[in-house]
Amino acid sequence: MLSRTAGNIFWMARYIERAESTARLIQMGQRMTILPGPIHREEWRSVLRVTGCDGLIDSDRPVAEADIVRLLLLDEGNPSSIRSCLLRARANGRAVRTALTQDMWEALNEDWRRLEHYDVTSARRNLPELIDWVKTRASIFRGAAETGQLRDEGHDFLRMGGAIERAEMTLRLLDVKYYVLLPETAVIGGGRDHYQWTSVLHALSAARAYHYVYGGGDYTPWRIADLLILNPKFPRSVLFCFEQIGWHLDRLARGHGRHGAAHETAARMLGDLRDRESGEIFEEGLHQFVVNALAVTNRLSREVAEGYHFN
Amino acid sequence: MAFFEMTDDTGAVRPCYADVRRWVDEVGIEELNARLKEAETIFRRIGITFAVYGEGGDPERLIPFDLLPRIFPASEWRILDRGIRQRTRALNAFLYDVYHRGEIIRAGIVPGELVYQNRAFEPQMIGFDPPGRVYSHIVGIDIVRTDEGKFQVLEDNCRTPSGVSYMLENREIMQRMFPELFGASRVAPVDSYPNDLLASLKEVAPAGASGDPTVVVLTPGSFNSAYYEHSFLADLMGVELVEPMDLYVDDDKVWMKTTRGPQRVDVIYRRIDDDFIDPLAFRADSMLGVAGLFGAYRAGGVTLCSAPGAGIADDKAIYLFVPEMIRFYLSERPILENVPTWRCALPDECAYVLDHLDELVAKEVHGSGGYGMLIGPKATRAEIDAYAARIRASPADFIAQPTLDLSTAPVLGRQEIVGRHVDFRPYCLVGKQMRLVPGGLTRVALTEGSLVVNSSQGGGVKDTWVLDE
Repeated sequence: MLSRTAGNIFWMARYIERAESTARLIQMGQRMTILPGPIHREEWRSVLRVTGCDGLIDSDRPVAEADIVRLLLLDEGNPSSIRSCLLRARANGRAVRTALTQDMWEALNEDWRRLEHYDVTSARRNLPELIDWVKTRASIFRGAAETGQLRDEGHDFLRMGGAIERAEMTLRLLDVKYYVLLPETAVIGGGRDHYQWTSVLHALSAARAYHYVYGGGDYTPWRIADLLILNPKFPRSVLFCFEQIGWHLDRLARGHGRHGAAHETAARMLGDLRDRESGEIFEEGLHQFVVNALAVTNRLSREVAEGYHFN
Repeated sequence: MAFFEMTDDTGAVRPCYADVRRWVDEVGIEELNARLKEAETIFRRIGITFAVYGEGGDPERLIPFDLLPRIFPASEWRILDRGIRQRTRALNAFLYDVYHRGEIIRAGIVPGELVYQNRAFEPQMIGFDPPGRVYSHIVGIDIVRTDEGKFQVLEDNCRTPSGVSYMLENREIMQRMFPELFGASRVAPVDSYPNDLLASLKEVAPAGASGDPTVVVLTPGSFNSAYYEHSFLADLMGVELVEPMDLYVDDDKVWMKTTRGPQRVDVIYRRIDDDFIDPLAFRADSMLGVAGLFGAYRAGGVTLCSAPGAGIADDKAIYLFVPEMIRFYLSERPILENVPTWRCALPDECAYVLDHLDELVAKEVHGSGGYGMLIGPKATRAEIDAYAARIRASPADFIAQPTLDLSTAPVLGRQEIVGRHVDFRPYCLVGKQMRLVPGGLTRVALTEGSLVVNSSQGGGVKDTWVLDE
């Protein structure tokens, strides 16, 4: 396979996931701000911060929902916006048309200019619907790949890109919580803290899984971190994503007859995650853990590109 | 009155159109119009579009499609087939000649300055022998007809003629939607084209290439207007569709970057203009291109199809001399005529053109795509005067032709079958042997009375049938 094709597929999957993760972030931010309180503007600021868009709004003024909708949903000039991600995913797909199934292409192509028709006001009015639309597109795309795509190396690059981005999304969402509330408390305190943690779970569609795994009852930061980072069965957990990454890297190594730096990085991270307990993460500091883990996903992405010559 | 291809001069349906005419009556115009919508939906969904970025509106557009096939009986195709092959041989012989001894210039048939001072002439090709002495591997010849048996060549395309994907897709969609139509008529298949193309390209691999040469299609990228066609052809040939950044040159060999490391490339079917294939050899300011590609080509490390400099043969100033080329190189009588053409570079002819602009079609020698031309009978006085001023300023850049009474083909109208002007582009392939599928692309000017068939200016396409004996 052409290296450029592999790169396009890898990044196409990442952009689709990133569009979805940004949609989930906006959803979570909205949920958090519903709760009245003196510092509620900080939620939107933290959403901006974890998407790397903090610098786009002066730090001395509060960030409003309208800013978020403009910057993270509609702005074609902001490479992190949902609109940019969807356009780039489609452009990448168009550049490798012959490597996609018809269904995958249609998932990218369907109504691809929709966000052009909204301004901030109309988008805010239809925000839940737009968020759902973005999530649905990502789901249809993944579904088309799941049941239709030939299991050649293109599929490995697609799944790997998706898994890396999904791991990053989970880590970023955890970090929003960190920025909003300092320091982490041992016990989940009053209504506000409780509500924020459950917002994280909701944004990851993890609330039901949480109750199922931990038998309902109290929310504790340890359990939530355990679910979102270390649980091998929850498909958005960091460990689960890394297992997927490792599986696809192994398949590529068998097909190509060689390992690279990416394989070592993924294996080391996997070993590390399997050996850990959530308590240790809190001892180290959740934020520090997130920073370190994001450095690993960054490095991994770079090493995959280098190893398969699409850097 | 233009020749209407469906009927003879008594108004009776010509035999080749009898089946289709009957079919239209059976199905009914209204139903066919409904089916046309269905066809457009299919085209859009598959993504058979051409890209028009930077003009506003939908950046990826459909070419309008007409449901009624344009039909050639076997007897007409026999003439076209021989004429197209003959012209293709002469054009390649001319290219070999002008990059070697220039016999046709020495013989006083083609003026030297028209060749050597032409922008399309590539001095770096002088003395170089491309594999098989083939310069133009895909020759698209635009043919019009003005009467029952009268075919004339409007222009030649020796670089990278486009549109062949429409020939294949138009047939595909017609067979999918109206299988009954093909049961009754004996329509010669065109679907061997991708295989023929691949075989032709492999036949011109460099001498040092392996037994099964690696062929790629080189595209400028997904923003190119013909990108769909590039990916379509690569897909049907089962070869990689590469962009310049996928290739690099090392030791006069060309490599493509794959996930398994570098892979050698033997033949490049390039859909990129000469100017942009190699920044070292041609335009240093080009962001496109593969550095060193031309050097590798000259060293015999790779074959470029078409050869750089092939465009000199399809230049509008050279076009005039193609019938002479056929006599000179092949010692044959030209089977397909040229359209009579006046060269404004010659003072007498220029004077005639300026006096008769209101009845002529004037064109820029280097223009393409129907842009920059003046259709005298349809122009206003002011347009004619403005054009005349341009001709006077640089006469050598213009030619003129009579307004042809182009034939019309049946087109599906809202209430009835209507006649619209058409042209025809067959695609002749040249490797070690010559290959020509029975068919080509028929372009149709969908606006009543219009003569401009270019897709960039409101033209459409239709399936083209050659009937078996």
